[in-house]
Amino acid sequence: MRLTPGSGRAGRVPAGGVLRRVSPAALLSLALPLGGCEGVLNPMGAVGEAERTLIFTAVGLMLLVVVPVIVLTLWFAWHYRASNTRARYLPDFHHSTAIEITVWAVPCLIIAILGYITFETTHSLDPYRPLTTAEAGVVPDPAAANKPLEVEVVALDWKWLFIYPEQHVATINEVAFPVNRPVDFVITSDTVMNSFFIPQLGTQIYAMAGMKTQLHLIANKPGTYFGQSANFSGDGFSDMHFNAIATATPADFDTWLDHVRASGRALDAGAIAELEKPTIAVPATYFGSVEGNPFQAYIDKFMGKGEAMRDAMHGADAAPAGETMPGMSGHSGMGN
Amino acid sequence: MLGKLNWSSIPFDNPIELGAVAFMGLVVLAVLAVVTKAKAWGYLWTEWLTSVDHKKIGVMYIVVAFVMLLRGFADAIMMRSQLALAGPGHKGYLPPEHYDQIFSAHGTIMIFFVAMTFVIGLMNIATPLQIGARDVAFPFLNSVSFWLTAVSVGLINLSLALGAFARNGWLEYPPLSGIQFSPDVGVDYWIWSLQISGIGTLLTGVNFFVTILKMRAPGMTFFRMPVFVWTILCTSVLIMAAFPVLTVTLTMLSLDRYLGFHFFTNELGGNQMMYVNLIWVWGHPEVYILILPAFGVFSEVTSTYSQKRLFGYTSMVWATIAITVLSFIVWLHHFFTMGSGANVNAFFGIATMIIAVPTGVKIFNWLFTIYGGRVTFQTPMLWTVGFMVTFSIGGMTGVMLAVPGIDFVLHNSLFLIAHFHNVIIGGAVFGYLAGVTYWFPKVFGFKLDEKWGKRAFWFWLTGFYFAFMPLYVLGFLGATRRMQHYDNPAYTPWMHIALFGAVLIMCGIICQLVQIVVSIRHRAELADVTGDPWHGRTLEWAVSSPPPFYNFATIPEVDSAEPLWTAKNRGEIIFHTRDNYQPIHMPKNTAAGLFIGIFAGVMGFALIWSIFWLAAIGLLGIMFTLIIKTCNDDIDYYVQPDEVARIQNAHYARIDALASEKHYAD
Repeated sequence: MRLTPGSGRAGRVPAGGVLRRVSPAALLSLALPLGGCEGVLNPMGAVGEAERTLIFTAVGLMLLVVVPVIVLTLWFAWHYRASNTRARYLPDFHHSTAIEITVWAVPCLIIAILGYITFETTHSLDPYRPLTTAEAGVVPDPAAANKPLEVEVVALDWKWLFIYPEQHVATINEVAFPVNRPVDFVITSDTVMNSFFIPQLGTQIYAMAGMKTQLHLIANKPGTYFGQSANFSGDGFSDMHFNAIATATPADFDTWLDHVRASGRALDAGAIAELEKPTIAVPATYFGSVEGNPFQAYIDKFMGKGEAMRDAMHGADAAPAGETMPGMSGHSGMGN
Repeated sequence: MLGKLNWSSIPFDNPIELGAVAFMGLVVLAVLAVVTKAKAWGYLWTEWLTSVDHKKIGVMYIVVAFVMLLRGFADAIMMRSQLALAGPGHKGYLPPEHYDQIFSAHGTIMIFFVAMTFVIGLMNIATPLQIGARDVAFPFLNSVSFWLTAVSVGLINLSLALGAFARNGWLEYPPLSGIQFSPDVGVDYWIWSLQISGIGTLLTGVNFFVTILKMRAPGMTFFRMPVFVWTILCTSVLIMAAFPVLTVTLTMLSLDRYLGFHFFTNELGGNQMMYVNLIWVWGHPEVYILILPAFGVFSEVTSTYSQKRLFGYTSMVWATIAITVLSFIVWLHHFFTMGSGANVNAFFGIATMIIAVPTGVKIFNWLFTIYGGRVTFQTPMLWTVGFMVTFSIGGMTGVMLAVPGIDFVLHNSLFLIAHFHNVIIGGAVFGYLAGVTYWFPKVFGFKLDEKWGKRAFWFWLTGFYFAFMPLYVLGFLGATRRMQHYDNPAYTPWMHIALFGAVLIMCGIICQLVQIVVSIRHRAELADVTGDPWHGRTLEWAVSSPPPFYNFATIPEVDSAEPLWTAKNRGEIIFHTRDNYQPIHMPKNTAAGLFIGIFAGVMGFALIWSIFWLAAIGLLGIMFTLIIKTCNDDIDYYVQPDEVARIQNAHYARIDALASEKHYAD
């Protein structure tokens, strides 16, 4: 789709992008009782939308074999029952070149088609690949240039920390972004493996300590979506939820940011040390300011720079509040 | 002195666990009392515990599998009832630290001590008989394998009474299973019970590989082997290639936990994804280790109960071999979401789908075996038809999960849980139950009661659909696996239906228990005098039921893939020799396998609780037993021809008596 600046107003959900994608398969989903529920069959963004289409395509293709197999199984089993005297008994029928070729060729053909689709979609849905505005099915907003919003995500025991590096705010268990603006999540963990997953927006990806994963998502409809960890992480796992808010307009997003800033809390060494303690079912919490580059520090902590981080935290613990955390990414020489 | 073990290791604060321990203790005591009262210790010792007879070892495996099925199912129904209760505003009755143990134990027990033991039990019972051999290649090793598995079962159940079991899922991903996040002995219980039983399984793989390669009856070329034997050959190859990976992975995790290594820790260069890769390099072939023998059973059953030669034998064999090879290049589909590149994901996704082709071919071949058949619906055939329908659905959802773009939203969800129960229950377990019913008369000399068998089948089948179809729906709704409670009211009705399904499966299991009791009581009417109750096609049906301990009085000559069927069609009897028997060379029973098992159990227990002096005693005990056993030359004997003639003639006399009875009746 060619991008025509100014053809859409900020924050509006343009009909073209979403409705163009309505396929017969998608209409089928409306007939299912699941259609109206939360979940992956009711996606709210282009990524989830493409994944739902993929589900229906794959199921449809496979039903071409599965339905005949089930019907034939039941039919043959019934027809060739021993008590049916009208059925022909062929005790030595054990080979037929035509049947053999068919039973190898049909699955091969279906898998070839599905394999091609898999190759294509694995690339187009690669979570590391930035979404182009056209793919996201969104008419660009010239004011914000619709550049992706960067959000850093850290899995903790048992809560999610979201850091906005450009806006210098951070939150726990709540993340917000404007509708129709691609979001570039960069993800790690300060603890065991978790999986970052907002079912209605699509793809999940693991959060692993010392490693950085990346996930590009977009919401095309405003709303508050359920987010969770999809990989078991211990006793508090079942409550490791967050709200993902897609604000109706960029202005609403700014309002949300103001709200976060108003909290006055700072994500500093003290706060980070506090967050390290395992807690369960933590309500949404805001940090109006962020000191240093905590995300990088979380990564560095496990990359042979662990002592540096701990020293830094330890030193800063004792330091007066508000002082900049020293040596987040290098050895500070402070502490013991 | 006692390592980490002390009084607080006993879960006095947990009534459910204590109750389970008390119940199991009572059952064990009751069994011991019955054995003592019946003065059966001597019989048990000479005929079973020290036996190296593949048929008896097979039966012991299946007994263990069935008992563990009860334990694993108790876990399952607790999980289902917890989730039926733990909807919005409720936390259910199982707190996370207990619930997490239950799902971990459920998975571990069902895979390692139910499915694996069923597979090994069936391969023990049927393989030597089907290839015309008198035992496996290494009968003593077979006994060692069994006892290593049995003590592992003991260890895993001991975790109920002492300490706690692991809490991190059946594959115990680090760093959660590392010493930092799981400092108690739970993970160690998991490690050592798997490590010990894993060695036993590896030895079984070696044993059956050699048995099938070297001990087939004369004339039985590879392409005259029954399809079940083919699947066991491929399974043995998979075991030999995959289980060493499990052993090494568990060892690395042990080094992390016991000696402060950093293979999989967060810090100091550890890499958790290396563990995840390694465990699935074992884990994916493992699921084919479980399913291939079931495919073998279905091939035997379809052909026998359709009274018709298997359609596309050669296709079937090549499909099995293709699955064997492909199963090693698909492991990454278990973690598409780790952030590997699109090309890597696409490769593993497409490789996974390709497995669907040979699997689909197998389904079609069973279908065309039924075509033109004269099908009688005894229980094994019902399980087979139930399997063909159910497994087709499970295969489809499996291919869905093989598409990375779909897996991205369904990974780790209840959809995944539904999928693998769909293929493991609707594929593997149905196959084992069909196999047990099919070969039961061969082993015990009487058939299982059909009425209760059919009831069990219908309860299992409908129970399966009620229990797992809702889980597919829940997966689409975004529900993840391993959650202890949830806040989404939309989940609740589906959870209730799933619990109902689990209750139906429970009725199925109860029917099976009743079936055993009823069958024993009616064993006279159900007796299989001829040794060929199903009008069979392969060699095991050519000998008496139960077979003599030497299986074959004379080793048969084989000239087709279905030697018995061919002989019957020609109006011949497969064993021409009815006298002039040769002496038969047989292995003597030995208690060494049992002692090695016990010492391995002691070592495992000691390592779990860090009682290192005791672990050393266990290890030395294993070594001494082996040395003593090796120095013993009195390990075999010959069955004399007159003894063989006596046993064989008694069998033929029974058949003749039956024939004349029929004659008078007519």
